[in-house]
Amino acid sequence: MRQSEDEVWAAQLLSGDGSDRADAGASAGGGPAVEDSAWAEARARLDARVVDEGAFDVAFEAHESPFGLLLVGATNVGVVRVALPTEDAEGVLAQLATNVSPRVWRAATPTIAATRHQLDEYFEGTRHTFDVPLDWALTAAFRRQVLEATARIPFGETASYGQVAESAGSPKAVRAAGSALATNPLPILVPCHRVLRSDGAVGQYLGGVPMKTALLELEASA
Amino acid sequence: MSDVAEPEDGHAALAASGGAAPARANRQPRRSGLPPFELVVEAHGPAVLRFCIARSGPQAGEDAFQEAMISALRSYPELRDPGAVRGWLFSIAHRKTIDAGRAEQRRPRPAGAPEEVEVVADRRCHGIAVDPLAGTAWVHVRALPAKQREAVTLRYLADLTNSEIASVMEISPDAVRRNVFEGLRRLRTLVADDPG
Repeated sequence: MRQSEDEVWAAQLLSGDGSDRADAGASAGGGPAVEDSAWAEARARLDARVVDEGAFDVAFEAHESPFGLLLVGATNVGVVRVALPTEDAEGVLAQLATNVSPRVWRAATPTIAATRHQLDEYFEGTRHTFDVPLDWALTAAFRRQVLEATARIPFGETASYGQVAESAGSPKAVRAAGSALATNPLPILVPCHRVLRSDGAVGQYLGGVPMKTALLELEASA
Repeated sequence: MSDVAEPEDGHAALAASGGAAPARANRQPRRSGLPPFELVVEAHGPAVLRFCIARSGPQAGEDAFQEAMISALRSYPELRDPGAVRGWLFSIAHRKTIDAGRAEQRRPRPAGAPEEVEVVADRRCHGIAVDPLAGTAWVHVRALPAKQREAVTLRYLADLTNSEIASVMEISPDAVRRNVFEGLRRLRTLVADDPG
């Protein structure tokens, strides 16, 4: 009896209720409030240290684009993931954690910074090719061959799914080429938007057909 | 996105029709399902920081928090059970606060005051200058004997279960209950005696 009475008392006292600091902190889990500023300082210091020591395997940053927020992820090999605005950012980070490494950290590494800069230039129409290293860790086998074939389609030009399948070494694997493109982990950098249906129709795009059309128009007019 | 995409992913069916052998990426991804560490810090970092500060005071506690999080990040991929993230973080934080306490004891205390002042000033640059727990019952928790302080802190601040606390402190769940009980009783006395 005594114990449960103590526990009720403790829960009230230690949850910070009645304290003038109770509202000040990010005390979602109960307990005394640590002020937001204290957390922000600790978080910033941790951030600096993680980056200094390079203690992460996958860096990511969000990037504002004319189509909405992109997410750029990179390893020390190169850019490993570009996520389009239609994709769920948390799901993309979870994918990186599961399939590359859970040591995922928000950081502006040189690769990320260069990619963001070049994306801006691309959307402004002043850049035609990307010059950043790529990490193909999220793709493999035939799907990787399809994406590498896609990467060879020049700016402003298009190819059909059949042509890409052929270029990847399997002319008959048109559907497989389509699925590889639909799961392209590096859209824009690997220009799957330049792949159209053989009848000339725009076809599908992970970022939505309007974005695909807009990218094709951007390249046609640049 | 790759051949090891989650089954519930809409693309999985497409991937299966891809005709490619289920090749694995070079890094041999683990299907651990561990959340991205960035999100772990966002979710649990504030509670771990509170815990470290409650145990070691604002400055040593903040240092212990930094050590704990860096250490956790380094060994994170080895964690097997995603559901154990929170308890695991607190056990690392618990160890780091003990290390911090030992370092504090080993620190030479020269008669010359200037050096001491310098240390404090330096810490204020990057640490927490004001005790965020001042004015709360938590300042009294710091006066409890070590095991009671740990048990009470883990129970009421970290919000861990008795069995989680048992594994963090490496004692039995019964011992956890006893320490919480004794700790709360003593804390009641301390608070009652506090003129503030």
